[in-house]
Amino acid sequence: MSDLQTQMDLEQQGVLFTTINKLYNWGRRSSVWPMQFGLACCAIEMIAAAASRYDISRFGSELFRASPRQADVMIVAGTVTKKMVPQVVRLFNQMPEPRYVISMGACATSGGPFRDGYNVVRGVDLYVPVDVYIPGCPPRPEALLHSLMTLQAQIDVQALQQVRWYGDDEGVVNEFPIPVFGAEGLEVAGIPGTADPVGGTPKMPPFVSPALGGKGERDASIKALEGNQPKPMLRAGTVTIEEVGHGIAG
Amino acid sequence: MLKTEELQINIGPQHPSTHGVFRMLVTVDGETLVDLKPVFGYLHRNHEQLGEVNTYLQNMPFTDRLDYFNSMVNNHAYARTIETLAGVEVPERAQYIRVIMDELSRILNHATAMGFMLGDMGAWQTALLWGMREREKILDMFEYVSGARMMCNYCRFGGVVRDIDDWFITELKKLMQGLPHYFDDFEGLLLNSEILLARARNIGVLPKELALAYSVTGPVLRGSGVAYDIRKAEPYAVYDRFKFKVPVGTVGDVYDRFLVRIAEMRESYKILEQALEQLPDATGGFINPKVKQQSLKAPAGEAYARVESPKGELGFYVVSDGSGSAYRYKVRAPSFINLSALADMCKGYTIADVVVILGSIDIVMGEVDR
Ligand code: SF4
Repeated sequence: MSDLQTQMDLEQQGVLFTTINKLYNWGRRSSVWPMQFGLACCAIEMIAAAASRYDISRFGSELFRASPRQADVMIVAGTVTKKMVPQVVRLFNQMPEPRYVISMGACATSGGPFRDGYNVVRGVDLYVPVDVYIPGCPPRPEALLHSLMTLQAQIDVQALQQVRWYGDDEGVVNEFPIPVFGAEGLEVAGIPGTADPVGGTPKMPPFVSPALGGKGERDASIKALEGNQPKPMLRAGTVTIEEVGHGIAG
Repeated sequence: MLKTEELQINIGPQHPSTHGVFRMLVTVDGETLVDLKPVFGYLHRNHEQLGEVNTYLQNMPFTDRLDYFNSMVNNHAYARTIETLAGVEVPERAQYIRVIMDELSRILNHATAMGFMLGDMGAWQTALLWGMREREKILDMFEYVSGARMMCNYCRFGGVVRDIDDWFITELKKLMQGLPHYFDDFEGLLLNSEILLARARNIGVLPKELALAYSVTGPVLRGSGVAYDIRKAEPYAVYDRFKFKVPVGTVGDVYDRFLVRIAEMRESYKILEQALEQLPDATGGFINPKVKQQSLKAPAGEAYARVESPKGELGFYVVSDGSGSAYRYKVRAPSFINLSALADMCKGYTIADVVVILGSIDIVMGEVDR
């Protein structure tokens, strides 16, 4: 019989055992405070998740803090535009460790329906590392709750000896570069030219998720996107559309 | 003589009371506001540019995301524009369905917007949660007919995408039974609270002339005492068949705007009752079957159509060159134009009133920045 089995047997009889890791993670996972920060439509579903029907406080996350200094998780709820992304990165830099990012909805994850727009950032993970992505436009409040549970599962496996905010933080990035507007557009330090040109793919790979061991570096496995040519946008007259009937049958 | 110094403060873009990513540069003298400069564009999502690339039908879901509280109304306004442009007939039943959805949206919008406003005044949570409670009930109805809670994408050119059935009507009647009670309760929240009254009365006064000069519309204009409602002034759909009043305020302060919205919800309730009574049976169909939705080509020309959205006059202006997508596409967003009066409404009041006044205008950044 394993130690775990003995421990569970004893716990059933009222003897509680714990490890410092378990206690530490239990404390953190049960009070993940989000930052009160909505960007667009998805923020309304975030508010709905906090309201009585979905009741996010069952997961310990009902305290939406207006200040990044008091928040544990940044829920990027909505479209991140080029004008807003410096503020988003700055807010993330102001959050104390341990900190997490949930990318809520198609826009925050990839640009969503507005991906082709000249002012829309193609995924917030190009600028800050993201722990959990939620698909949907907008995701239902249940999906946000599920992402929170996923985040809690990620917190559960973090060991005190290995977390990136204690001990020697060699190679750990705490300040993410804030993009600035240059001659050509939005520029990020270390990336040649405009970081996120219109059309085609962004010229920089996304950050590695901290859940996968990322310490603030960009994903080297994704090829350099230098040669990418922007695709011309199609105007409706230039494509043929096959009519499949209106509406949903029945 | 005591000399004071003016101070410039930045509110937003990340601020709990700016209703999205909106920034205000305010100059204060002590507590009193001297000047306010709105800064927006933080949510500019290229809506109009994308509208000129998409086909007419492809653009329908994008209109959902303008004013994301009232996707049904946005769909209606956009569909009406393209119908005007292409000369499409709409069956009567579809018109009634659209009216029902519009009025449900109006109740939903006012309930949540006033909840947010009372929240800004310090009535933290209760008012907002009551509004969200009603919103959830209405969203369930929307989800039943359209398949989505928020982004309904429900209208099509010449009708709506799916018919409503008996279940919907029964459930809607059940939902409506609870509404008058909610209106009374919600009104009482403000009227019975001395503190909230002190923060709402004679705050953010927008005189009639100024409101007209800024071409403000919707509840903000009616709060200032101008009885202008597009449903009456230029009846669209089947609005000329209903009996309802246009509530107006007298002073044009935050208090009046609140009362106008409560009264409007009650009128919406009356319209819903009449619409359900007059709803024609399904024989006429709910969509014009002759319209080719996906490959619709509008003849060259231009069209502007407007509806009374819960926030004011929502209009779409489309210029067509005869192809399958718009040559020029412009949105007349009520929030944006109402917001232009903000600085004049705030001057002379304290800085704590600014968020309340902003809440009483009821803006949505998706529509302001587009
Ligand atoms: S993913 Fe959809 S709902 Fe969310 S912000 Fe983007 S457009 Fe709005």
